[in-house]
Amino acid sequence: MATSTRVDGDAAVSAVPVSAGSPRARLRASAPMITFIGRRLLSSAVVLLGATFIVYMLLAYSLDFLQDLRTSTAPNKEQLIQARIDLLDLDVPPPLRYLSWLGGVAGCAIGRCDLGGSWVTGQATPDLLATAIPSSLQLMSVAVVLAILLGVTVGITSALRQYTGFDYGVTFGSFLLYSLPSFWVAVLLKLWGAIGFNDFLADPTLSWPTILAIAVVAGLIWQAVIAGDRRRRALTFAVSAVATGAVVWFVTATGWLNDPSLGPVVIALLGAGAAVAITALAAGLRNRRALWSTLTVVGIGALLWYPLQFLFPYATGLMIAGLAVVTVGVGVLVGFLYGGPDRGQSMRAAGITAFVVGFLIFVDRVMAVWEPYNNSSRVSGRPIATIGAQTPGLGGDYWVRTLDTFTHLLLPTIALTLISFAAYTRYSRASLLEVMNQDYIRTARAKGLPERVVTMRHAFRNALIPLATIIPLDIAALFGGAIITERIFAWSGMGTLFLKALENRDIDVVMGYFLVIGTMLVLANIIVDFIYAALDPRIRVNA
Amino acid sequence: MTTPVPQTPDTTVHHDPVQNTENAIELKEVEGLSQGRIVLRRFVRHRGAMVASFALLGIIVLVTTSIGWGPVPGWWQWGPNQLTPVVNPGGSPTMGMQDGGFQIGPHPFGQDNIGQDVFARVMRGTQISLMVMVVIGLVATSIGILMGAAAGFLRGRVDNILMRFTDMVITIPVIVIGAILGARFGQATPVVLAVALALVTWTSMARLVRGEFLSLREREFVDAARVAGASNVRIMFKHMLPNAVGVIIVNTTLLMASAILLETALSYLGFGIRFPNVSLGTLISEYQTAFNTRPWLFWWPGLFIVAIALCVNFIGDGLRDAFDPRQRRIPSQRKMNSAQRKAKA
Repeated sequence: MATSTRVDGDAAVSAVPVSAGSPRARLRASAPMITFIGRRLLSSAVVLLGATFIVYMLLAYSLDFLQDLRTSTAPNKEQLIQARIDLLDLDVPPPLRYLSWLGGVAGCAIGRCDLGGSWVTGQATPDLLATAIPSSLQLMSVAVVLAILLGVTVGITSALRQYTGFDYGVTFGSFLLYSLPSFWVAVLLKLWGAIGFNDFLADPTLSWPTILAIAVVAGLIWQAVIAGDRRRRALTFAVSAVATGAVVWFVTATGWLNDPSLGPVVIALLGAGAAVAITALAAGLRNRRALWSTLTVVGIGALLWYPLQFLFPYATGLMIAGLAVVTVGVGVLVGFLYGGPDRGQSMRAAGITAFVVGFLIFVDRVMAVWEPYNNSSRVSGRPIATIGAQTPGLGGDYWVRTLDTFTHLLLPTIALTLISFAAYTRYSRASLLEVMNQDYIRTARAKGLPERVVTMRHAFRNALIPLATIIPLDIAALFGGAIITERIFAWSGMGTLFLKALENRDIDVVMGYFLVIGTMLVLANIIVDFIYAALDPRIRVNA
Repeated sequence: MTTPVPQTPDTTVHHDPVQNTENAIELKEVEGLSQGRIVLRRFVRHRGAMVASFALLGIIVLVTTSIGWGPVPGWWQWGPNQLTPVVNPGGSPTMGMQDGGFQIGPHPFGQDNIGQDVFARVMRGTQISLMVMVVIGLVATSIGILMGAAAGFLRGRVDNILMRFTDMVITIPVIVIGAILGARFGQATPVVLAVALALVTWTSMARLVRGEFLSLREREFVDAARVAGASNVRIMFKHMLPNAVGVIIVNTTLLMASAILLETALSYLGFGIRFPNVSLGTLISEYQTAFNTRPWLFWWPGLFIVAIALCVNFIGDGLRDAFDPRQRRIPSQRKMNSAQRKAKA
């Protein structure tokens, strides 16, 4: 681990010189590390304990457990109230009830967890959590990955084009997204986006002025991104506008949307484009070996397209995951075989390209089931779903289920992505601007490095350090689910679990929910400390 | 007789001519101005923040005068809970291009299903949401300053205890604790709900103020004040706090922007402001089922939330730039190009 080597260096100053490499020396060297971890874990445990106490007290004092019985007209009202008090131990003061809850949690240490359960439905808390967590993870992981990728890309581009129209546009856009109430956006997407898009899919034609407008907007965006002098901008605008217009026209005029497919030729073309772009960023187009290795990977992918179609009918989730790993492995291997003085670059570029090509082949196969899916009696021509995680009673093979999941994930994912996208854009923009003003960037430029190397190797990597410390916290938040988005799209994840438990006054379930997210957050905070120490050599772990 | 002290040559001069000129220009610009004037100047120069300030001011004036505030009557003809005869079919908005000109009509934002005027309801909702936002901002800022100042100035055990407590509160997601508190205090008046929410949103302010105080307490003017016999409280609030005011103001605006989103989200979920009070969040939640038949019911409250949050965010951004001493005036790309062309000609 990277951190421990640094701690080694730190401790070597005070440590008694013992022959390097002996177990005792290593133990002594890592002593500050162990103390650090121990302290950190201890203080985190105290924080978590305090937080659970606060939440329990808030719940115990703010929920009225007898509300429904007070207004009841049942003849045995007194008896019912007494039964409720006995059931929930309401005659015991809340701090003591907290202690008994804590005792149940402490039982986890000896393998006998008692997290209680819902007194309304009788389900145990761990069972409820076990169904809710995977559901939330499924919903949110795509959104977080997308938000990180898009947000960092846009933020970095915006920083590299500081004080241009594009930068101002992105800044305004991210402020706007930041200010959007998530529930409003989600309802808009659901009631307006889904219905509108489904209506459009039923008759996918666009008028010429619409196509023209889309083309012009795309051209304007691309010329702002690529920037440069007036000639270059005009050229970019023309090319991207014509290309966009042609694609939009083709897609609507040929009814592609109702029977989409890519086919080996389009996959090869898109793959080649991706290969050039990835090589340009990761290794530079001057690096011919890298370019050839990425293009070779695309060729292999296009050739494998046909034989793979015979394998795909037997696909399972596990097999696809295995294929993805194999694909990346093949890409890395191709890069390795091309050799050369700087193998790492070729391997990296080819590995990423292989993943992209593999993903295209996967998408192509999912597209093949679009038409039967769309026309099935359960979906009946309205594919973009607004509620739940799957179409009930749909059946079908792996591909149909994948497509079904996709159509259900689409809208909540957009709603979730929009808001965290803004935050990532702001962070990465600010972070890169800060780095670009550093002296070592000037040094790198002064020694004649090409701007690509300065940006990608010197600036970009350092700009990611502050970002890398936010990402674990966001991943921890995944486990908490999205309370509002889940409610609107009727997704039965952690957020829904929490709201339902709060409405039912299920104190044990709410506490179980909080225990999960609290633990995750506390752990993420520790991980952040380590990432920081590992990435930034100026920061040392000292106990 | 005193001999004149020989003038030592200033060795700290920058040798970078470009930076020197830039600094000279910057210094010339702010010559003889107080810190407050400099900040104000920079803020006024920030176009986005100025537009946002005027927009927010406009919203506040519109909201407070139109249906009145408390016992003071407003100029708008309908009240927020008044049932009025339906004008357009379905109660659609009367605002728009009619009879050859732009007309506002009796119900510019339309009417809801029982004939209440949506404009008046949105105004009432905005009043309450704005008030909750301001109360959360002020109360949370005060708590944060007290916590952070005590922790940063006293250090040691106090710091440890206060910061662990802050960590505990941070561990609980705001929306979770807000929902729990809202379930209890939602029925009470909006002010009580706002104070309850402020009790959970002060954490980032406390951390920030603590950091600021930790570095300020090492400065000479603090020693000077102590030597002059100032008490701890006086040093903290008379000497150090004014030096941290920039960070605090900026963070307060950002806090307010997230506060209005928090309150409306809780109200939407049913844990915030409740009947008979209305906030922008309750309006959206109340009207979302009518989206297909009466979309205008849903549009306006949302637009007001976005407008307010956007304005506050922009003002915060402008303030941050204004308080940042490193901030330089940067001409736009176009101005640079035209200046270069002029220089060539």
